[in-house]
Amino acid sequence: MKPAPFAYVRPASLDDALRLLSADGGDAMPIAGGQSLVPLLALRMSGAERLVDIGRLEALRQVAVTPSTVMIGAGITHAEIEDGRVADPANGLMRRIAGGIAYRAIRNQGTIGGSVALADPAADWPSCLIALGAVARIAGPGGERTMPVEHLIEGVFATALAPGELIVAFDIPRLAPSARVGFAKVARKTGAFAMSLAIVILDGAEARVVLGGAGTRPLVLAHTSAAVLAPNAADAALRDAIVRDLNAVDDLDAYARRLHTATVLRAITEMRAS
Amino acid sequence: MTTVSLTLNVNGADITTPVEPRETLADVLRERLTMTATHIGCEHGACGACSVEVDGKIVRSCLMLGVMAEGRGVVTLEGLNDDPIIAVLRRAFHEKHAVQCGFCTPGMLMMARDLLKNRHVTSERDVRDGMAGQICRCTGYAGIVRAILAAAEELRRTSAGAPASA
Repeated sequence: MKPAPFAYVRPASLDDALRLLSADGGDAMPIAGGQSLVPLLALRMSGAERLVDIGRLEALRQVAVTPSTVMIGAGITHAEIEDGRVADPANGLMRRIAGGIAYRAIRNQGTIGGSVALADPAADWPSCLIALGAVARIAGPGGERTMPVEHLIEGVFATALAPGELIVAFDIPRLAPSARVGFAKVARKTGAFAMSLAIVILDGAEARVVLGGAGTRPLVLAHTSAAVLAPNAADAALRDAIVRDLNAVDDLDAYARRLHTATVLRAITEMRAS
Repeated sequence: MTTVSLTLNVNGADITTPVEPRETLADVLRERLTMTATHIGCEHGACGACSVEVDGKIVRSCLMLGVMAEGRGVVTLEGLNDDPIIAVLRRAFHEKHAVQCGFCTPGMLMMARDLLKNRHVTSERDVRDGMAGQICRCTGYAGIVRAILAAAEELRRTSAGAPASA
């Protein structure tokens, strides 16, 4: 065993969990699937006096479908999304992205809420949920609030979650059946974190292009999103727009710029062929 | 060190044991229950040597605390001596020279069984994608891939391991 000692508690309700996470300013951390936290504990890069296990809370595993949204509980696993056991608001895009996260043994345990709360800039869900315009439902000692995932994720492993707050669920707008999507990801090997990942969504008169793995958080590429709206935009025009977007990102070397450009173009090509 | 009492089911038997909360499920299996088929390689989720089944789902036992498995049903390689898929895989690993030092083999067998149980495996690509999370430090992948493909073929022929769904 490698982690330093800690106490462990598994509350029976969300209210109990929130109480244990905020109680007397104690040093407590939530654990759901544990697929990022347990390695961080093992490497002693993270630690707490007490782990609060929220992995079995039914309140975090709710799924609800409305005509305009799908709500997916924060405790839903990647594998449940991969297997189509919950509704996909994005015409199969989420299912496909889920199937490419790490390895099946990780996907069986890891949760969508945990991925967003960790906010790794190269992870799949932050980019995907930002591209889809998802809104997080957050519970904390002060009650409930909502926040778009785009604002929730602030930087490398940094979110706007206050101490004691938990993500409960995501309200994800449903794409129109006619919406077109493209997804491209470059990783050193199957299951590794992305070096670059791009998601392109064209839904009616709205386009959104999101790039992950560049910069400190997923980036909404404004120029590229606008360029994608032009039905017959030439490759040169798209490249131009991508370059303008990448110019706003610090610390990209020549290889990274080529890599991200290629990934975005691949996603656009796939979107157009869909 | 403060211990707590943990009750879980391992290979069909209910077991109660004292554990420290920081012990992983892999630690509990090996150190508390002396079940050493589950190997510990990296202890932080990179190598797959510790793969076991929890409630029918393949997981890495170094990425699950023992206390998180409270009340769950754990299946390790020790519990699969009569499993038809494992029997075919074991023979295929032997015949295709898929074992060098053998350290990764229990995890390879557990993961390969999950793959053959749940997916249609017909190509080398299917095997390499499905097994991508398992590391063999001898780099004996060619034999391992050949063995799993041969096992998939045999199971298809005998229909012993038909996937539940595509």
